[in-house]
Formats: sequence, structure tokens, C-alpha cells
Amino acid sequence: MAWMIIFMIVPLLLIAVFAFTTTVPCDRDGNRLDEEEAAEIIAEEQAYWEENEIPLDERESAVVEKTIFTVQNILEVNKYMPTMLNSIWMALVATLICLLIGYPLAFMISRMHFVSQKMMLMLVMLPMWMNFLLRTYAWMTLLERNGLINRFFGLFGIGPFEMINTQGAVILGMIYNYLPYMILPLYSVMTKIDNTTIEAAQDLGAGRFNVLGRIIVPLSAPGITSGITAVFIPSVSTFIISRMLGGGTNMLIGDLIDLQFLGNAYNPNLGSAISLVLMVFILLCMSITNAFDNEDKEGGMLL
Amino acid sequence: MKKFSSRIYMGLVFLFLYIPIFVLIANSFNASKSRTVWTGFTLDWYVKLFHNETILKSLLNTLIIALIASVFATLLGTLAAIGIYNMKKFTRTLVINISYLPIINPEIVTGVSLMLLFVALHIELGYVTLILAHITFCVPYVILNVLPKLRQMDNSLYEAALDLGCTPTLAFRKVVIPEIMPGIMTGFLMSITYSIDDFVISYFTHGATSQTLPITIFSMTRRKVSPEVNALSALLFVAILVVMIIMNVSEMRKLPEDQRRRAAKKAAKKGGCA
Repeated sequence: MAWMIIFMIVPLLLIAVFAFTTTVPCDRDGNRLDEEEAAEIIAEEQAYWEENEIPLDERESAVVEKTIFTVQNILEVNKYMPTMLNSIWMALVATLICLLIGYPLAFMISRMHFVSQKMMLMLVMLPMWMNFLLRTYAWMTLLERNGLINRFFGLFGIGPFEMINTQGAVILGMIYNYLPYMILPLYSVMTKIDNTTIEAAQDLGAGRFNVLGRIIVPLSAPGITSGITAVFIPSVSTFIISRMLGGGTNMLIGDLIDLQFLGNAYNPNLGSAISLVLMVFILLCMSITNAFDNEDKEGGMLL
Repeated sequence: MKKFSSRIYMGLVFLFLYIPIFVLIANSFNASKSRTVWTGFTLDWYVKLFHNETILKSLLNTLIIALIASVFATLLGTLAAIGIYNMKKFTRTLVINISYLPIINPEIVTGVSLMLLFVALHIELGYVTLILAHITFCVPYVILNVLPKLRQMDNSLYEAALDLGCTPTLAFRKVVIPEIMPGIMTGFLMSITYSIDDFVISYFTHGATSQTLPITIFSMTRRKVSPEVNALSALLFVAILVVMIIMNVSEMRKLPEDQRRRAAKKAAKKGGCA
């Protein structure tokens, strides 16, 4: 129990703390200095220390860093609103396409003979087990300016097209990486739909669309919601796919956070604020999807 | 006709899933450094791969960390699951929800928050932090697998053991543990898989000397030309393929037994109805 408290709750609290604080320079009595004043004092001190050759451990600065409460970081997140909306939009597109590709596939697999079902599932899961960096790297090879796809088009005298470093490439990377996450939960609810149910509907005069709309979709709803969350959450928070396929021009929320912690724009406070916003956003999404399927949670178990 | 078109559709989707991987594998035998021009067959990259110390070292790191983290995560997760199982309803739901947080939360947030914690505690980023981080994100998967098994278990078995003179510890060891063993094993295997595969959380918690394989791969893919990556992916692909085939074959073997059992159950039910 203590483990969980230390490593699950405390880090999240730390994020919250960092998000609402910032470090400012102060003098020893705790009075706040502005940046210029502090810089001046430090410069003077440095000069004094150097001049008198004071050993390192005796140097005590009059300026100390102090952590204060602020909502500045959260407000500053606003500045990155376009990036955030952009990632949400791209993740939504990727999720939708995954659903469109995955839904028929999952249904087809679920109607196959038992042994072939196993085979097909294995084929779906196999790429998922490859490290996603390698999978994304593979797409870099394909999409490059003189990569294979452009060469292929070149045979017909079209192109070359600018494919890598575009928004489309990033979305493609998301779809490719997370498609299995959509297929598996869909499949796991669809195998439970009995063929006789569908036949009964057909016997009662339901056409193809009626069967799909009234039988298959409602019965697979839990799979749809868990598939959507399983694709949307990693897509919205990814930062490697956009870095590798987007060439750093298509920033996502994940890139933004990464940049604040390990990148050039080192500012953990702002990074925490963005993380906090992202987390709250995703928890909200989750509670909305949970409201849709309260009774059945089995769909997600396969993951 | 309908069947035919669905075959084509499936073929296309699988083509989409596999073409990039096959291109990588093909390139691993390509003598040219370029990723697009084929100049001849070679095994050079494989030889180079096995002489690349960074890769070998990070592979070793990955395996060690995965093993240590999974063992600890399994222990902790099992104990936690038992603790959760014995809680009152309100605290139970609360604790379950908290323990699922790392699963629901985007990986990057978990990674960043752990990094902040380690920095705040003045733990130097390195092996220790990596292992701690990996344990943290593996524990929920163990809980997730053990808890259902505990619920399935018949509590009277444990009580019967106590009535027959077992001490609680002995009853726990002889009755509870065997009952929930499948859940513990699945949790352990899942932990190993996730730990080996994890990049994002390791990325934020690793130190300069404690690189795991995914991190090494990441730094390799950032350089434009690194054909060793291709060789590495080909090897990993084959390894995964072998593991999966073994898993499936062993499952298939178990299957007839299962079916027989199911058939027997059905027959019994029918008999009961009549």
C-alpha cells in the first residue's frame, strides 16, 4: 500500500505542486527581487568572489531561489492552445480512421473458423509486439523524399511527393501504431455476438443496414468505446511519432511536455502545468466514455 | 463474392501492417547504406550488430531491469491485490481506482511525474530509478490479473483448511496461492513484456549509463543512416514470431482437453434438464 502511495499519488501531487508554483529569486530575508535586480547582485558577487579568490564552499549568495504559489503556469498553457487543439484533432482523426479500418476487420475475424481466428489474432498482435520505435522507423524509410513509395510513384512518372514531415505522416504513424489496440477489444466483444442473433434479425426481415445498425453495433458498443480510448489516449499524448515522422514541425502536446523537461525550453513548472491539463482532459474523456458503458467492462480486458 | 471481397480487405489491412516490417528486414540484408537502393546481399550488419557494445549492453540492461522489476512488481501486486480483496467496499473501490491510474494516465505524464519525484528526493537517475519506475507501472497489471482470480476463489476452501488445522500462513500457502497462481503468472509475464517494451517512461527516468534497448534504438534512429537498426528489428521480429508460435501451439494442445471438458459439462447440463 505504501508503495502505491509513494509512487502513484505523490508523483501526481508533485505535478500539481509544480504546476501551481514557480521559482523566483529572493534575498535572504525572503523579499522578492525581480529578475534584473537578482542578476545584477549575482554578477557583483561573482566578481567579488573571483577577485578575492574565495573558496567555493565559502561562497554564499545573497540571492536564493524561492518557490511561490502562482497560477501563471496554468494561464500560460493558454498560449499553447493551438498545439493542444491540433493534437486533439489529429488524434481524433487517427482514432476515427482506426475505427473505420478496424471495425470490419474485427467482424470478419470474429466470423471465421476457430483456428483461423487464432491465426488472424496472432497476425494482428505480432506487429504490436515489435517496439514502436522500430515500427515508426520503418515508416520513415517508406515515406522519405526518395523513399520507396516515392520511387514507386516515380515509375509512373508522378511525384515525388512531400510525405514525411507532414501532418498526414504523423496521423499515419498513429494509425499504424495503434490499429491493433482498436481491433483487439472490438474482436473480443464481437466473438460473443452469436450468429443466430444475426440470423434471427435477418429472418425477421432486417436488411443489411438494419442488422448492422440495430444488432451488431449496439452489441459491440463496449468494444467500440474501449477501442476508441485505447487509440485516442496514446495518440493524443505521443511525442516520438510526431518527432520521427513530423520532423519537429508538427508539435503535439507530448512534444511540448518533453521540451519543458528534457528539451531546450527547460521549465518543469510549465511542463507540469501542461501535463496536469492533459491529465485532467483525459480523465474527463474517460469518465464520459465510462458513462456510456457502465455495465460491461470486459471489452478492455484483452489489453 | 462477399467472401472474396472480405478476403481482399483483410489482405490489404495486413499488407498495411506488415509491409514496413518486411521492408526493414529486407534492408537488413542490403549491402548499401542507403535505405532505398539495393546493391547486393550482405550479412555485414548482423556482424556489426553483434560487435556493437552499446546495443549489447543495453540489451543486457533491459533484460536485467525487466526481470528485477517484474519479480518485485509481482510480489507487490499480489500482496496489494490480497489487501484490496479484504478491504471494505468503499476503500476497495478507492484503492482500485488509484491503482489503475498509471494505466489510464498517458505514459508521458507518468514518466514526467516519476522524474519529478526522483529529482525531488535527490535520487540520481540511473538503474535504481529505472527499476523503481518499471515496478510502478507494472504493479497495476499484476493487480489487474490477480484480483479476478481472488474473486473467483471459493472462500470456504480457505476456511476449510483452517478448520482442518492449518495455520493461516500454511492455509494461505497451500490453498490461496495455488488458486491464484494463474493470475500471478499472467501478471508476471505481462510485466516483463511491458517492461521490455517500455520507452516513454524509461526515457524520462533513465540516467546516462543505464540505457535500455528502446532508448538505444531511439538514439540510433535519430541518426539518419544506421542499418544496424534494420538487422536488430529483423532479429527481434523473428524472436517474437517464435515466442508467439510456441505460445499458440501449446495453447492448441491444451484445447482438445478444454473442449472435451466443455462437452462433458454440456452433457451434464442436458442430463440435469431432462
